[in-house]
Amino acid sequence: MIRFDHVSKRYPPGINALIDVGFEAGKGELLVIGGHSGAGKSTLLKMIAAIERPTGGAVLVNGQNIGGLKRSAVPYLRRNLGLVFQDQKLLFDRNVFDNTMLPLAIAGFPPAEAKKRVHAALDKVGLLARDKAMPIMLSGGEQQRLAIARAVVGRPNILLADEPTAHLDDVTARDVARIFLDFHQVGVTVLIATYDASLFPAARCLTLDHGKLQ
Amino acid sequence: MKVWILHHRDALLLALRRLMAMPLNLVLSLLAIGIALALPAGGQMLLANALRLAGDTTPTPQISLFLSLNADQKTVHDIDDQLRNHPGIKSVRFISRDETLARMKKNEGLNDVIEALPRNPFPDAFVVRPENEGPEAMEQLASELGKLPKVEHAQLDSEWVRRLDALLNLARTGVALLALLLGVGLVAITFNTIRLQVLTGRAEIEVSRLLGATDGFIRRPFQYFGLIQGLLGGLVAWLIVAGVTLWLRSPVDAMAHTYGVAFTLTPLGGVDSALLVLAAATLGWLGASLSLRQHLFRQG
Repeated sequence: MIRFDHVSKRYPPGINALIDVGFEAGKGELLVIGGHSGAGKSTLLKMIAAIERPTGGAVLVNGQNIGGLKRSAVPYLRRNLGLVFQDQKLLFDRNVFDNTMLPLAIAGFPPAEAKKRVHAALDKVGLLARDKAMPIMLSGGEQQRLAIARAVVGRPNILLADEPTAHLDDVTARDVARIFLDFHQVGVTVLIATYDASLFPAARCLTLDHGKLQ
Repeated sequence: MKVWILHHRDALLLALRRLMAMPLNLVLSLLAIGIALALPAGGQMLLANALRLAGDTTPTPQISLFLSLNADQKTVHDIDDQLRNHPGIKSVRFISRDETLARMKKNEGLNDVIEALPRNPFPDAFVVRPENEGPEAMEQLASELGKLPKVEHAQLDSEWVRRLDALLNLARTGVALLALLLGVGLVAITFNTIRLQVLTGRAEIEVSRLLGATDGFIRRPFQYFGLIQGLLGGLVAWLIVAGVTLWLRSPVDAMAHTYGVAFTLTPLGGVDSALLVLAAATLGWLGASLSLRQHLFRQG
């Protein structure tokens, strides 16, 4: 499903974010990418969504070489991925419902169908009762759950999450981890970058150290 | 197809929401665009009226021959014969001095003056319509006819028409130039509005891109914004011109009356109005597109 083939990423002044990384994630697998801060976890996830391009090697998603994608093809790749960002990237000028609706509006879903899906996604993360709330009124854990709802509302078969449990207290972190495990259980391929792999004991774990896989 | 319609509807609604979100900005932008466009549009309105007035009063090109006061009946007959047989002349009309006197006496103001004169001051005259109405041919014919015996003066009546034509041409060029300059102004206004919008909407644009938005999806609401703002600005310009027309109508009526002309200022015509609004909308869209190219798609 996802394959990294001798992937390197070098930023202009000569900083190596990833060095010769190779691994494969099968369909429906739950994969945790661990490692210290700055080890290259975020860069690795960003390459799958074509937010960053490799400077060496190839990243393949469903057999498609991401590094060779045309600019105009990138949006259609991203619509098949669910992305949970480290800084969440919620839009603070609209409510919970409209934040979750955004990916469906972008994909051009018929409104009635979209509404049902938004409600289902919000129900899944336990935010259905707060759909009219503005993100600023949500707690840290709720904001993270909103970010997850937005990532899964398009029903992607790959879910990528960058530090989804950072800044959360233990109980909330376990709640959030539980949601990812649920998606894994219904067959979604899940990749999670986290410094705290112990939240996902069942997962296969890769560890990055200064850009290299251990 | 259905998705395409949905996307356009959503973009249009979003553009309208953004327009309404800052009513003061909207009013100021519309005033700036409206006033800028009202200048060339108003110029066009005045020009169209001037053309109509000129068209109403322009006589067919003709040459007037005035005979000397001592020309007798025989000379008049001779000249009449010569003119009628001249190959370069289409038609001839003789106006006797008595006829002219009678016509002039009908004029209220002149009657007293003419009564006071000891004798008829008007000469016999011929009005000649030439076969060839080109300005050079007419000038040649006029100078030829001016040499006939007892012809005191041959006057080309087309001369002032040509001057008026030249003047109207100048005005037309002026209006076009004004339209061009202020059209560029409209593009600049839209360019700047969209630039500010892109800056304030950075977060939304970034997130939308990460969630799979195409360039078109991101561009569309801004383009609709420019289009609608231009369109509304064009309507404001039209209203300004219509208001000015109504305001000027009675003073123009009064002035025309003193010249003995029945003339009413008419507002911008249907074609001109449609063109104004259409051009304003197009320029708004163009300004938005240029701005987007500069501020949205320059970076990767």
